[in-house]
Amino acid sequence: MAEKKESTFINMVLVLFVITLIASAALGAVYEITKEPIAAAKLAKKLNAIKEVVPDFNNNPSDEMYKVGLNEKDTLEFYPAKKDGILVGTAVKTLTTKGFGGNVWIMVGFKPDGTIHNYSVLEHTETPGLGTKMVSWFKPTEPSREKSSVVNKNPGSINFTVSKDGGDIDAITAATISSRAFLDAIKTGYDEYMKKNNNKEEVSNE
Amino acid sequence: MNTKVLVAPSPHVHSGDSIQKNMYGVVFAMLPALVFSFVYFGMGAIIVTLTAVASCYLFEFLISKYLLKKVPTITDGSALITGILLAFNVPANLPIWIILIGALVAIGIGKMTFGGLGNNVFNPALVGRVFLLISFPVQMTSWPKPLGFDTAYFDAQTGATPLALIKEGLKKGEPLSQLMHDVPSNMDLLMGNMGGSMGEVAGIALLLGLAYMLFKKIISWHIPVAVLGTVAVFSGILHMSNPEAYAGPLFHLLTGGLLLGAIFMATDYVTSPMSNKGMIIYGIGIGLLTVIIRVFGAYPEGVSFAILIMNAFVPLINVYVKPKRFGEKRK
Amino acid sequence: MSNIQNFTKGLIKENPIFVLLLGMCPTLGVTSSAINGLGMGLATSFVLIMSNMVISMVSSQIPEKVKIPSFIVIIAAFVTIISFLMEAYTPALHAQLGVFIPLIVVNCIVLGRAEAFASKNKILPSILDGAGMGLGFSMALTLLGSVRELLGSGKVFGISIFSDNYGMLIFVLAPGAFIALGYLIAIINRIKKA
Repeated sequence: MAEKKESTFINMVLVLFVITLIASAALGAVYEITKEPIAAAKLAKKLNAIKEVVPDFNNNPSDEMYKVGLNEKDTLEFYPAKKDGILVGTAVKTLTTKGFGGNVWIMVGFKPDGTIHNYSVLEHTETPGLGTKMVSWFKPTEPSREKSSVVNKNPGSINFTVSKDGGDIDAITAATISSRAFLDAIKTGYDEYMKKNNNKEEVSNE
Repeated sequence: MNTKVLVAPSPHVHSGDSIQKNMYGVVFAMLPALVFSFVYFGMGAIIVTLTAVASCYLFEFLISKYLLKKVPTITDGSALITGILLAFNVPANLPIWIILIGALVAIGIGKMTFGGLGNNVFNPALVGRVFLLISFPVQMTSWPKPLGFDTAYFDAQTGATPLALIKEGLKKGEPLSQLMHDVPSNMDLLMGNMGGSMGEVAGIALLLGLAYMLFKKIISWHIPVAVLGTVAVFSGILHMSNPEAYAGPLFHLLTGGLLLGAIFMATDYVTSPMSNKGMIIYGIGIGLLTVIIRVFGAYPEGVSFAILIMNAFVPLINVYVKPKRFGEKRK
Repeated sequence: MSNIQNFTKGLIKENPIFVLLLGMCPTLGVTSSAINGLGMGLATSFVLIMSNMVISMVSSQIPEKVKIPSFIVIIAAFVTIISFLMEAYTPALHAQLGVFIPLIVVNCIVLGRAEAFASKNKILPSILDGAGMGLGFSMALTLLGSVRELLGSGKVFGISIFSDNYGMLIFVLAPGAFIALGYLIAIINRIKKA
């Protein structure tokens, strides 16, 4: 092996400088190459989440996205989905702070009259095996579990709370708190959505 | 003991104590609680207990014979205690396959992995119980209501434990005084008229067992008194600071597995400190952790976690709190 | 030591997880499923091979006193590159592994092999060492991930083996990682002894 370079001040500065220079150049190059695929992947992820919860559409909901401040900290995001220019549904990114393990973020799709089309849980920290079941619990495929479904129900026309509290939705077995939180998030999204919808003119004037 | 003449250091006079004798003494002390659980939960309790005990024996036998390749030590009665305690710690309608997993974990991971009886750091029955609680939260928290002797195994009505009721209600923002109407009265709690796992519901039967063990000198008073005293004092302070947010000391003493844990599980010989002072430190630790987990933690019940955590501290306590040697001068 | 040995020693004899017990943080953190374990293993392998190669090339030019900072910069550069690449082309896996990808920088396997092997050896043995260690790491993580996924949710690589009603949830959580790793090490020690 070649003789080691001596640890003189000049040598050290020089070597570190060269290494960082090459490393940053390499990183810059890779960043440039991957910039577009990363942006595309992020957009695709968002579009997929929206696609999952609203009926078929052919606009780009991200372009027409508008935000509503819930309080100082949290905002809801609304993604109107249109087919040939007609509103077919709105995906709402909503949240609740009442989760068992913290905030729960949910993407829920409302049809124009406020009926729930579908939902998908984006982020949560609920107890695995209990609260985590919310991902699929509230959209059952078996007809026998219809009472725990929120799909095709309108939070404005039914008692949108868990049956334990006298409501119309069956909670997740042994995870009532998570279930309440889930319904709370959807109700929040619904309330804000209806508020916006009833003041349609104001929205378009903005 | 063999018949050879033994040359050994003192003590030379044997008190007649043996592992078996103490173990069966503990089992005898558990009988009242066992009978209570049979009366309250019926057939389910009997099936759960028999399954747990039989599978504990079976796994201990298989593991020591085929994995450790030594003479099985199943006659010392410790598998019997582990089995009964495991059964005490689960709902009486638990599916049998889950009990089998619990017994395998209790004996396999909790005891034999460490080298068998005497070497285990953690209480085996609790290792099994906590493993099941984390693994099968749905089945482990669907408590059957004690409805008197019932021959059905699965279709018993289920209900939440008083601790879970309180925790959920507080989370919803209801005032405590309101919630206390929904939970059983203190008398009911003492007699075991509440939802819960098999062995924890009948406070009076557990206290009976404690009295027997103290009378027979199977255990000393230090650990149970330290645990219960700490819980009473700590929850009392919290209750006085805000009666609407924290339940009172008597409620904390009589609910959950606190009596069961303090009397039968914290006092396990192998996993508790040796000196009296050590036992008191250990007991205070369990009491504090229990209340902290119950009041501030995610789970409604914290006794089993508290005991396991303090089990881990036992070697440390033993090092720092040594019993005074015979003839040693006080510093 | 022959080149073949340089490669094979990382697989079993000096397996970074089961024998050297290096890099425990990602090992216990990301192995909740087989695919996560494999993804993490491959990402780390890439960094290991590249950094071993580069470091063996340049180490003679690096003064002793700035050796560690230089190595870390080189390793960090490769980690950032793989992170960009994964975010662009495997976004789902990138989201799953999350914070553990940037943490490859401080994974002791990478710096350990750079310091203990690559800085003292020529290029080819260093690449082989990195590849062997990386493969051993990937194998161990995939094995641990498979065991935890199977016991925890009844699946391996997402393929259902038995109903997840029978899954022991604890194995998907952190305590299960410790239990599973402990027993895997015990089993491997037993096999090695026999």
